[in-house]
This record gives sequence, C-alpha cells and structure tokens, in this order.
Amino acid sequence: MDVIDRIGRSAVAAVRAAGRFGQFLADLTHAIPDVATWGGLALVQMRRIGVDSLPVALFIAAFTGIVLALQASYTFTGTVPLYVVGAVVGKTMMLELGPVLTGLALAGRVGASVAAELGTMKVTEQVDALETLAYDPLAYLVLPRLIAGTLMVPVVVVLGIVIGILTGWITSMGLLDLSTAEFVKGLKFLYRFKDIWFGVIKSASFGFTITLVGCRLGLGTRGGAEGVGRSTTRAVVASAMLILVLDAFWAVVLL
Amino acid sequence: MIRFRELRKAFDGHVVLDGFTLDVQDGETMVIIGLSGSGKSVALKHVVGLLHPDAGDVIVDERAVSTLDRPGLMALRREIGFVFQFAALFDSMTVAENVALGLRRRGLSDAAITQRVVEALAVVDLAGTDGRYPAELSGGMRKRVGIARAIALQPRYILYDEPTTGLDPVTSAVMNRLMVRTREHLGVTGIVVTHDMTSAYAIGDRIAMLSEGRVRQVGSIAEIQATTDPVVRQFIEGRPE
Repeated sequence: MDVIDRIGRSAVAAVRAAGRFGQFLADLTHAIPDVATWGGLALVQMRRIGVDSLPVALFIAAFTGIVLALQASYTFTGTVPLYVVGAVVGKTMMLELGPVLTGLALAGRVGASVAAELGTMKVTEQVDALETLAYDPLAYLVLPRLIAGTLMVPVVVVLGIVIGILTGWITSMGLLDLSTAEFVKGLKFLYRFKDIWFGVIKSASFGFTITLVGCRLGLGTRGGAEGVGRSTTRAVVASAMLILVLDAFWAVVLL
Repeated sequence: MIRFRELRKAFDGHVVLDGFTLDVQDGETMVIIGLSGSGKSVALKHVVGLLHPDAGDVIVDERAVSTLDRPGLMALRREIGFVFQFAALFDSMTVAENVALGLRRRGLSDAAITQRVVEALAVVDLAGTDGRYPAELSGGMRKRVGIARAIALQPRYILYDEPTTGLDPVTSAVMNRLMVRTREHLGVTGIVVTHDMTSAYAIGDRIAMLSEGRVRQVGSIAEIQATTDPVVRQFIEGRPE
C-alpha cells in the first residue's frame, strides 16, 4: 500500500512538473513579441555565453585534435594508409567530439552560471522586483539567454572544430611524419557537406537546452543559498544528460 | 482605492490568509501589523499580482487583480511602487541604473530619466551615490534606494514590505521620516506592512491587525492604542503572553 501510495505521489508530481514546464514554454512564446526588452540584452548574453566561453572550448578542442591524431595513427599503423588520420580527425571533430565535448563543457560553464544567477535573483526577490517594475522576467532574463545560447554555441563549436583539426594537422606533421598534402587528402577522403551542418544543428540544440534548463531551474529556485546550490547542480547534471540524449536523437534522425 | 475582498491563500495546505478583507482609502497610509508569518507580506504581494489568490481578490480602482490579463497587469504595476523587505536591488547594476530601470520601461527620454533619478535620490538623501553598487551600501541605504526606485516612477500607490526590519533605531527613524515625506511629496496612497509599532504610529493614518488570516481590528492610531482586544493589546505592547 505504501509503495503504491509513493508511486502515485511520484506520478502526480511528475505530471504537475510537466504541466508547469508546459506553462513555462507557453509563457515564453508570449514574451517573444517584447523585442524592445530582450533585443539589446540578447547581444550582452551572446558575448557572455559565446565569446567568454571560447577559451575553455578551444582548449578542449585543441587537445582533442592532438589525441585523435595520435590514437588514429596508433590504430592504423601497418594496416591502413596513414593519410586516413586526416579523415578520422576531421570526421570525428565535426560529427561528434566537437559538438558533444563543447556542449558538455558549456553545460558546466554556462548552465551553472545561468542557474546560479537566476536562482540568486529569485531568492533575493530581484525577479519579483522586475515584475513590479512592469517587466516580464521571461522577456528580460530568459529569452536573451535562450537566443544567445542557441546562436552562439554553434559558433563556439565550429571554431572548436577548426582548432581541433588544426592541432590534429600540426600533430600529424610534427609527430607522425605525415605531410600537409596527405593530411588534407585524408580530410577530403570521407568528407560530406552534411558533416558540418549536422554538427551545427546538434550544437544549436545543445545551446538551446543548456540555457533553457539553466533558466527554468534557476527561476524555480526556493530556499536561499542551499536552494541556489541545488538548482545549479541539477542544471549541470540535467543539461549533460540531455546533451547525450539529444546526441543520440540527432544521430537517429539525421544520419 | 485598494480593497482586499475575502482573500484566501494557502501554501502546501497551510492556510495563511483566510478571508482577509480590508479597504484602503485614497490618500491614506494603511499600516498592516501582525506577528511574523501571519501573512502580511503575502497580502501585499497579491496587490501587484505576484501571488494568485486561492479565493477572493484584491480590487484596485475597480480592477480585480487576479482576473487581469498580462497587459492589464503590466498597466496596473505601472501605477504601483513596491519597496521590498530586503530592497531587492539588482546587484549587477549601479544605484542610478537600479532607479532608472523602471523608468526605461515607461519610454522616457534619457534626459528625463536622469532628472528623475537625481530627484528621487535627493528625496531619500542619497544624492551622489549614483555610481555605487548595492554591495557598497549599508542596509539602510539599500532600503532608501529601494524607496527611490519606487518613487521615481511617481506611482499612485506605494507598498512597503517591512521597511524598518533589521535597521537600528536611528536608521528606522530616518526611514519613517522618509515615508512620511514621500507621502507628502507625492500624495500617494500607501500600505505599509510591519511589526514595528514605533514605525506604525509614526507613519500610519490607520492600522489593521492581521491575525489568523483575517483582520482582527482596524482603526485609527488612537483607536488601536485604546483597544481592549486582548490579542491586539498583547501585540502592540509586545508582551510574550
């Protein structure tokens, strides 16, 4: 009886949470026409979410490119022509590691920062203050971050892919005795234009998800500093898990 | 005129307001007193639609707040200044930017906004603090910036949530003087939520005691001071039993 009761309560709580999230999305669409509020703020967030994330994203991409080149060489030496290293580096960076590793890094950096910032504003009544000043918090706080995340994460990912391929190329020349011509030949060998837009679409969905989860959990914060900490942790964990789910989803749908 | 009509609100099954009814006349300052957790701030937040009632409503100039659509609610909020218990200043903005934020929403020119900000800060005796951040201010100064942010909007109504809580007696007296000056300066209708009786007597035209979710007694300061109601007496005299 106790178990059934608990399952019932959990089911009701899940339905309620889904309902609240649906209401949140509906309210969000009503905030879209308020361009005067979110327009300028979106540019500020594009710098904070995009430009300020470049160092960590490019650092990750640079070392991923190096490791990919070395591991490909280790795997293919003596069995497959080594110019295939270029194909492995390019293909893997574009299709998978560029978007996913950057997405996971930004889930930590951006997701945590958005949830903590909005959570602190919520528990210190700054969100209520915005409302009393006749601003819609969804237009003022959420839409700028959502737009910036969706537009800027793909930009960061593309730059990361470029850096990863560059470091893979430098590693191939310096440590694997591969010429530039051979590396480029490998790069072109299996390349398809779809590789690029697949990564871009995927990373846009990651950016949207990271900021949406951060905003939703941040604005739902209750209970002071402890609540802010809880929201921040949940935002990072939920974003990271959703990125992996979306990664699989796009692979099924687009490949 | 603000009318609370049979307002009922519960959180997680705990009833906070249970038929709260009160009329606030134009031009007066109504002080709502009551124990901590008695629902004073909850009642205040219903006036600007920050909370939605389970039953009953707040009527502001014939507008039932809970029935207003989004544009209607925004229009109502433009007529009301709200001063939060802990000021609720935007910590990433300077004092001037905090005061200006509500004015930008009203589509004023930059010059008009600057002038209003300077005037509002002068009213609260904080001229010259424009470029400072909330973290650089004392608790009393932050509350005064909160008042400046509200009065800069030149509202018809101003709502104060525990304006003197956590302040020393001298700073509390400064806040009281400031609230009286604000009423004289703007002629606004005010509701002040507090459990500070010194403040209540200094700024109120009438006082309403909130107890067990409803108004226990409402009257002028003289009527409240002469009350024979044991609950109200105990509260205003600050007796433990």
